[in-house]
Amino acid sequence: MERTAIHRRLTWQYASVVDVVAETARTKTIVLHPGDWDGHLAGQHVDVRLTAEDGYQAQRSYSIASAPEDEHLVLTVEKLNDGEVSPYLTDELRAGDQLELRGPIGGYFVWKESLGGPLLLVGGGSGVVPLRAMLRHRRASGSGVPARLLYSARTRDDLIYRQELGGFDAAITLTREQPEGWTGHSGRVGRKLLADVAWPPAERPLVYVCGPTGFVEAVADALLALGHDPARIRTERFGPT
Amino acid sequence: MTTPISRGFHGRRSDGDQAARVPPGNYLTRDFPVLSAGPTPHNPLESWTFDIRGEVAEPRTWTWEQFIALPSERVTVDIHCVTKWSKLDTSWIGVSLDTLLDGVSSSAGYILAFSDGGYSTNIPLDDVRDGKAWIVYEYEDKPLAPEHGGPARLLVPHLYFWKSAKWVRGIELRQEDAPGFWEGYGYHNYGDPWKEQRYTDD
Ligand SMILES: Cc1cc2nc3c(=O)[nH]c(=O)nc-3n(C[C@H](O)[C@H](O)[C@H](O)COP(=O)(O)OP(=O)(O)OC[C@H]3O[C@@H](n4cnc5c(N)ncnc54)[C@H](O)[C@@H]3O)c2cc1C
Repeated sequence: MERTAIHRRLTWQYASVVDVVAETARTKTIVLHPGDWDGHLAGQHVDVRLTAEDGYQAQRSYSIASAPEDEHLVLTVEKLNDGEVSPYLTDELRAGDQLELRGPIGGYFVWKESLGGPLLLVGGGSGVVPLRAMLRHRRASGSGVPARLLYSARTRDDLIYRQELGGFDAAITLTREQPEGWTGHSGRVGRKLLADVAWPPAERPLVYVCGPTGFVEAVADALLALGHDPARIRTERFGPT
Repeated sequence: MTTPISRGFHGRRSDGDQAARVPPGNYLTRDFPVLSAGPTPHNPLESWTFDIRGEVAEPRTWTWEQFIALPSERVTVDIHCVTKWSKLDTSWIGVSLDTLLDGVSSSAGYILAFSDGGYSTNIPLDDVRDGKAWIVYEYEDKPLAPEHGGPARLLVPHLYFWKSAKWVRGIELRQEDAPGFWEGYGYHNYGDPWKEQRYTDD
């Protein structure tokens, strides 16, 4: 197993908000310009810290949505209605604001060319964020590793990076609707869909699964049932449990 | 550097009493979030064993049946995850490390806990003795769910929760400290939540 340790001390720093773009009704993409950034690996995250006027602070982690090669550091945040931090990031934050963050953090749920493939990325909801960084990195670095994304969203309107996904080898499944003219998949990701979309276990794909706990649990179990090597499956869970 | 004020951020404060039990940078949750690096292992209990090995005169092994026949304790503690959530008054049943280490003679200063799925984590031996650590197999009076580490996990509540290895299968006593899984990926070697020891050099 390859290790990418962070040996540098991670200090808090300001990043200026360059832009906030609506991705879907519930998600915003936040484009940042950090003062000091040594680069990151696709799949890593940052810690974001908010400070109220009276000094009260809250911290949360957000995956980096941009490739290391991209000009800006990008996050994509899904709003949880009764959440503390995400509604602020999606509804209040705007261009010109300062955001306090530190990172990059995490060295396991990352992909780089030397790890090889074929690469199977399975995302549910906002779990697509770090996978998008991997796909952008693969393309920007001219990697020849075959890569495929399987992305599950509730409805077509919930699809994050919808336009961009057309440029990748992406299979999309919708779990809550099947709109007119929809030519993608329907229903939850299970053994059947994985068998259709994924490389067979004999090809030893390297698999990254990211999404809410129930989603990751079901996908990883289905991959094991199909005979995939647990050591080739990396998971990251976030979103409501 | 002065701390910037997040324009328009008000936040959600915890109630006074509870707030004092939440380490800096963490917040209270009622959920029980799940975090792990890979798939949840599902191995039959018949092949489960718990080992004490490494720098010990005599290694020890328990089967599942032997293990749950050991004297157990109920432990009610607060837990704190490096991903920022804390949970108060969680209730567990399991075997104290003091029970498992009783009579073990060793000059080791550290342990490396190891798990199904290849996970490991390192802890000073003193931090798992004297009522500070357990191998637990029940959570809130039910068998520990697989995604939370069932059938059994380490519980070291005074350190960040990644030290409480899920799917634990034993501990290795070591003369010298060596980083475990997350410690090798830039997480703090010790992980005291009250000192916010999240990442290397924090
Ligand atoms: C490594 C990592 C990467 C991540 N990447 C992303 C990403 O790319 N994009 C993204 O959108 N998210 C990501 N997350 C999740 C993110 O960190 C936050 O958890 C998420 O934004 C929710 O935070 P919040 O403050 O809005 O909600 P919280 O305030 O934390 O609330 C979460 C849920 O718990 C409930 N809750 C919490 N406290 C209480 C209370 N006191 N009473 C009642 N209910 C309560 C809320 O109802 C809500 O449903 C990531 C998490 C991790 C660990």
